[in-house]
Amino acid sequence: MSPVAAPPGQFVYRKFQEGVLPPNFCPAYVSSVKRAPRQPLVPLPQTISELTGPIFTPPESVQSVDLTKGAHGAALGERILVGGRVLDEDGRAVTGTLVEIWQANAAGRYLHASDQHNAPLDPNFTGGASFLTDAKGRFRFETIRPGAYPWRNHPNAWRPAHIHFSVFGPAFATRLITQMYFPGDPLLPFDPIFNSIRIQAVRERLIAVFDWDATVPEYSLGYRFDIVLRGRHETPMENKP
Amino acid sequence: MTEAPKPGPLTVSPNLLVTSYQTVGPYFKIGLEALYRNDLTNPNTPGRIVEVAGAVLDADRVPVPDAVLEIWHADSSGRYMVQPQVKPFDDTFVGFGRVPTNEAGQFQFRTIKPGPIQANGPDIQAPHILVSVFMRGLLYRLITRIYFSDEPGNADDPVLRSVERHRQGSLIAEADHGRPDRYEWNIYLQGENETVFFEL
Repeated sequence: MSPVAAPPGQFVYRKFQEGVLPPNFCPAYVSSVKRAPRQPLVPLPQTISELTGPIFTPPESVQSVDLTKGAHGAALGERILVGGRVLDEDGRAVTGTLVEIWQANAAGRYLHASDQHNAPLDPNFTGGASFLTDAKGRFRFETIRPGAYPWRNHPNAWRPAHIHFSVFGPAFATRLITQMYFPGDPLLPFDPIFNSIRIQAVRERLIAVFDWDATVPEYSLGYRFDIVLRGRHETPMENKP
Repeated sequence: MTEAPKPGPLTVSPNLLVTSYQTVGPYFKIGLEALYRNDLTNPNTPGRIVEVAGAVLDADRVPVPDAVLEIWHADSSGRYMVQPQVKPFDDTFVGFGRVPTNEAGQFQFRTIKPGPIQANGPDIQAPHILVSVFMRGLLYRLITRIYFSDEPGNADDPVLRSVERHRQGSLIAEADHGRPDRYEWNIYLQGENETVFFEL
């Protein structure tokens, strides 16, 4: 028992169950071999340092969360709507939390100096945005369905289409960066990054759900992607009268 | 389309399995650059301004040019500023920074040295900075802490003391004797002197 564990009456965040987190050292994902630590992780108690985190307040004007309208016109590709909620494991909405996203364009190319994939850039698509969840934990953005793209992990390696998500949640302990995939993508069974998560149901949580309710007639398909952050354990009160 | 998109229905997903992590990959700048902050100070922030600089190195001591560090720490009185913040450089102290490495794998940030933190009961945590490390090749963030070499309180810090003595040094930024207020702290991802990373 650590001397700096949360005092009685406060809460701590639940531990991740075995197999939920990908291992950092994952030889099938070649970049991990020289970068992942090999020593066992040291347990860190949840102190005030880990139980707090930055809070971001909304900008004064409503942010336009539409990645499809570029400086010179509409971005090319299949327009989609992506919406969902940020929740905790108990289903509580995580409100007003900052979400950042980034993705490749329809051709599978990122607007980034290191991306040398021989596919066109789109002058009307940057692929980056950020927004806060609303009072019910909801978010929603309009974008272009990203393309698959090749990478050099192994011969003829292709990343399945994905959108990167960064979510803060209420504390340092809840910080999450992940990727959203698309249902039915034939590349998913072959992707070492997706398959680094051992538990199938946990992997599948990263696949967005096609959503008729969010699909806008004559306009675009909708996808739903809910993000579930760690829930809390209340620590029992000691010395109750 | 003339109408704003309507929010979807509020059904809770049937299975509240926690969402797992995936790597940030090589192109995170597109989404994360807007919040890059390597100077957390402003003229109204009380406290001693310090600079922490170092490099991120892989198993072969090759510098990692595509890492991003996030830092979170208390103010000079040991308090975390969790009140809403709009502007990064207004007259309050946020305590959050996001710092990418450069082509040489180096990073540096300027901030206020945090104060000691009242932990629980009689315990006091020595001044420290929490760090999340993200990069291509890491499927899950690495978590570590930065302590300061000139803090007598380190000897009694409960987290430092929970680490094997011969590895504690990896968590301590060394004061630069030539340049006061500058500390050096490197991240060794693997191999000899591997930095201590935590499970939270």
